[in-house]
This record gives sequence, C-alpha cells and structure tokens, in this order.
Amino acid sequence: MASRNDVAVSPGSEKIGRDSARVEISGLTKRFLTPAGEVFTALEDVSFTVEPGQFCAVVGPTGCGKSTTLSMVSGLDRPSEGSVKVGGREVEGVTDGVSFMFQTDALLPWKSVLGNVLMGPVFRGVPKPQAQASARDWLRRVGLTGFEDRYPHQLSGGMRKRVAMAAALINEPKILIMDEPFGALDVQTKAIMSTELLGLWEQIRPSVIFITHDLDEAVALADRVVVMTSSPGSVKAVFDIDLPRPRGAVQEIRFQPRFIELQHQIWETLREEVERAYARTAGGTA
Amino acid sequence: MTTTSAVSTRPVKDGTPSTAADAAKRAARRRTAQVWAARVALAAVVIGGWQAFTTWGIVDPFFFGQPSGIAKRLVDLFQNGTEFGSFYANIWTTIQEALAGFALGAITGVVFGVTLGQSRFLADVLGPYIKMVNAIPRIVLGSIFIVAFGIGVLPKILLAAVLVFFIVFFNAFQGVREVDRNILANAKVLGASQTQITRHVIVPSALTWIIASLHSAFGFAIVGALVGEVLGAQSGLGLVIKTAQNNFDPNGVFATMLIISVIVLGAEWLIGKLEHRLLSWRPPAPTEANSL
Ligand SMILES: Nc1ncnc2c1ncn2[C@@H]1O[C@H](COP(=O)(O)OP(=O)(O)O)[C@@H](O)[C@H]1O
Ligand SMILES: [Mg+2]
Repeated sequence: MASRNDVAVSPGSEKIGRDSARVEISGLTKRFLTPAGEVFTALEDVSFTVEPGQFCAVVGPTGCGKSTTLSMVSGLDRPSEGSVKVGGREVEGVTDGVSFMFQTDALLPWKSVLGNVLMGPVFRGVPKPQAQASARDWLRRVGLTGFEDRYPHQLSGGMRKRVAMAAALINEPKILIMDEPFGALDVQTKAIMSTELLGLWEQIRPSVIFITHDLDEAVALADRVVVMTSSPGSVKAVFDIDLPRPRGAVQEIRFQPRFIELQHQIWETLREEVERAYARTAGGTA
Repeated sequence: MTTTSAVSTRPVKDGTPSTAADAAKRAARRRTAQVWAARVALAAVVIGGWQAFTTWGIVDPFFFGQPSGIAKRLVDLFQNGTEFGSFYANIWTTIQEALAGFALGAITGVVFGVTLGQSRFLADVLGPYIKMVNAIPRIVLGSIFIVAFGIGVLPKILLAAVLVFFIVFFNAFQGVREVDRNILANAKVLGASQTQITRHVIVPSALTWIIASLHSAFGFAIVGALVGEVLGAQSGLGLVIKTAQNNFDPNGVFATMLIISVIVLGAEWLIGKLEHRLLSWRPPAPTEANSL
C-alpha cells in the first residue's frame, strides 16, 4: 500500500487512471468447433480480477487455455460466455490502452528496429518527429541505443525481445498482457530480461497479466499468481505474493525463504494439474 | 616515422589474417575465371559446331540458319531496316507493348490479389470466375482482342497484361494469405486501422511473393506482345519474325530471337535491381553472407 503513494500523480487523475486499468474476468467460457464438428470447451467459467497496477501471473499446464484467455482480454477474440471488463467497460474488439507481447516474434522483419518501435504511435496518429523521439527514448530505456537502423534478423533473441518490449510499452499502456514473453530465451537472458521488465513496469505501472510456465518466474515477478486447471481451463487457486517491492534482481530473490515457501505451495497445487494434463496427452498418443 | 604503421598495415608473410583473406580472395577470383572460361568454351563449341556442320553441308543452312548468316542478317536489319520501318522502330513497338502490358497486368494483379487475399467473401464470389478465365488458352484471347480492337498496339498490350495478371495475381493472393498471424494480431493490438494494416503489414509481407512473380512475368509480357504481333500487326518484332518465316529466312528469325533475349535479360536485370532495393531487409542467403 505504501508504495502506491510514491507515484507522483495528482490524487484525482490517479483515481481515474487506476480504475480504468482494472481487468475483471468473470464467467469466461470459450468453445471451439473442432474440424470433426464437435464442440471443444477450451475455457470453462474463468473468473479473476487484476487490480490497477497489479502484476498478475497466470500459470497452468500447457493447453489449458491461457493464450485463449489473453486473446479475449485483448479483444482479438470473443468469449462464448461470460465477459471481460477493462476499466468497468466490456471488451468489444481491440481495446485502447492495451499492449500485447507475444511468445513468438511479432516484429515486422522489413522494418528497422526504430521503425518497429515507431509503429504504436504511428498507428495512433502521433506526428512522425514526435513518434521518433519517443521511440529513440524507449530504445534507450531498453538499452538498444545504437541499434536503431538494424533489422530484426540482425539481432539476438534477447535483443529482439527488448525491441518487442519497447514497442509494447511506447504507448504507455494501462494494461500490458504478455504471453510467455521470455519462454524462448536461455536462462541467463531470461533472468536479465525479467529484471528489466520489473524496472520498466515500476516506471509506468500498468496492470500486467503475465503468462508463464515457469513457476519461479511467476513468483519472482508477480503480486498475484493465478493457477489454472488442466483443460478445460478454469481457475484452481489464486495466491497473493507478499514479497516486498522493489524486488531487485530476480536471480537473487530465489534464495529468500519466503520465496521458496510460496513457490513450494503453488507447485503443490499446480503439480496435480500438470500431471493430469500430461497423462491425458500421453494416453491420447499411446 | 610512418614506417611502423606502414609495416603493420602491410600484409605480413605467414599466418596472419590478411594473408588468409588474400588467399580467400584469390580463390574466389580463380573460380570466377574458371566459370567464365567454361561459359565461353561452351558457347564456342555450340556456335562453332553449328557453323561447321552447316558449312560442311551436314545440316542444311536453308532450314536451320547459320551463325555467320545470323550475324550478317542482324547487321543488315539494323542498317537497312525492314519492309515496315526501321528495325529500331520495330524493337521499340514490342518493348512499348510489353512494358505497358506488364505494368497494367502487374498493377491489376497486385490490387486484385491483395484485395481478394484479405476478403474471404470476395475471394469466394470471384474465385470460380477467375479460375475459368485463367483456363482459357491465351492465344484464343489474342484472337478475340484483335477482332475487337484492331491491329494496333492495344490488343497486344491487353494480351500481355492478361498473361502477366494471372501470374502476379495468384502470387499476391498467396502472399497475403501467408502473412504471419502473430504480426497481424500485434498490429491490431497496437491500434492499426485496416488501411494501415494493408500498408504496413500485408503489402510488405506479400512483396516477397509479388517480386518473385515479376521475374517470370516480364517474359510472359514479351510473349503476349509477340503472339499478338504474329496474329496481326503493322509493326513489331513478332511481325518481323512472321515475315522472315514466310520468306524462308531462318537467319532473320534467329536474329530477332537474339534481340528478344537481350530485351528480356535487360528487364530481368532491372527487376533484380528493384528486388534488391525493395527486399534489402531480408537476411542474406548463406552464400552472400560476408563471412569467409
Ligand atoms: N482457434 C482454435 N480452434 C480450435 N481450438 C483451439 C483454438 N485455439 C486454441 N484451441 C485449443 O484450446 C486449447 C487451449 O489453447 P491455448 O489457449 O493456446 O493453451 P495454452 O496457451 O494454455 O497452452 C488447446 O487445446 C487448443 O488446441
Ligand atoms: Mg499458449
């Protein structure tokens, strides 16, 4: 609570800004029609809330509908039942103030690093010089000054993630959704990127929904961890992570007793689901 | 005083990077020289053999032409022209028709391909008709155009355009369909409008496909122009070929063919340049990469 008072915004505007950044997911159900013509329920009655400025991690066995949930929060897809509300308003189509960071590269390979980071403001009609200045500033913040003119294929995986991060944050989103953003990175790069993400998040403080299959990452970064059941996905448990902020380097927090305790607790809940999902796929293929 | 720096920049005899680089460069030069020597040798064997066989009377030059005859005919064509104007004028007619047809076909192909690629409804409605028109043999279309539009340049341009259109259209359409879904979703979330998505995502992405199709498309534009001219014209290389054929002048046919190849190769080179400029963002192929 105390940390919220540090934000240097006038109380009135802070209230408006904060309320519009709440994400309420209630009774969310998603069904797909399989090619065979059967109805497949990917998500069943998922409900959880992300408070304004909160960092919420979602973990669950693979195929439980985490990505599907995000596509409905971002407005790219529509729920079969239930609703997603952002700032009290139901999501219909792509919502303003939401940024998405995908698991796989979503950079435009034919645009330079600067051109890629520029896209957000350009799509929103910001004049070019202003957009460029802001893109350069964001590239500096993610440590990529001097790489403006490179093409994505000329960068390492970690650098591409930084570009994607700058591109997602340049619009100063109220809500940042991330789908296993660092899943494809090696362990060291992942730790560095996570620490940097925390630093940037503390600067602009959007509400974050962060999907990961890495429980350590979830506990190290988040205020709240949502554990989902195996398919059809629903919410199994929600854990509040009371590790103090700012947390500093994620590599070090792993050794704190409280971290280990929480990690262990959540793993006990998650393990059963992971095993069930595994048994199902293993049985299905056998 | 400058000796030290001069020494350090000059390649040192053994085991230094610069000698390795020199050796690599020498090897590359040697390879280029070998390739060119083999090319020249091959041409000499084919042309020399042709010349020899026709001179010795094993092959009849009356039917199959003769390299020396082709060369003479070529000079003659350039100096004395044809019955229907100078050779240059005829070349220019064909180039104009091919270029206009190419531009028309490529532009409509891209516009239709990009539009239909993005609209499932339009693609479903127009798909069968496009396939039907595509199934018509093009020569028949040429006859129809000549009947409808006379023997001026217009029917040739249209025939060339139709040939080019289908190649470019199918490639542009496929290119749009292959756009990375992730990139598309990302642009949408960033707030792009439909026009912005087309301009910043779809067209650049489909460009790889479109440009690849342009390479073969120019060849087809020339074919369209030539076939149109053979079917009926007052000027153009197709007419020159047809006349030579009617006069039992194989050397004239070969001489004109040679000019046509030069035109197509020139166009190919220009399209290669364009490709290089527009697709400069692509990672180089392993052989082009500047590693040793
Ligand atoms: N467009 C779709 N059509 C049919 N099934 C889908 C579609 N998208 C996802 N699914 C299915 O929904 C389930 C959940 O997928 P997803 O949300 O990607 O899982 P996660 O991200 O948790 O690994 C999977 O079984 C997947 O096969
Ligand atoms: Mg997923």
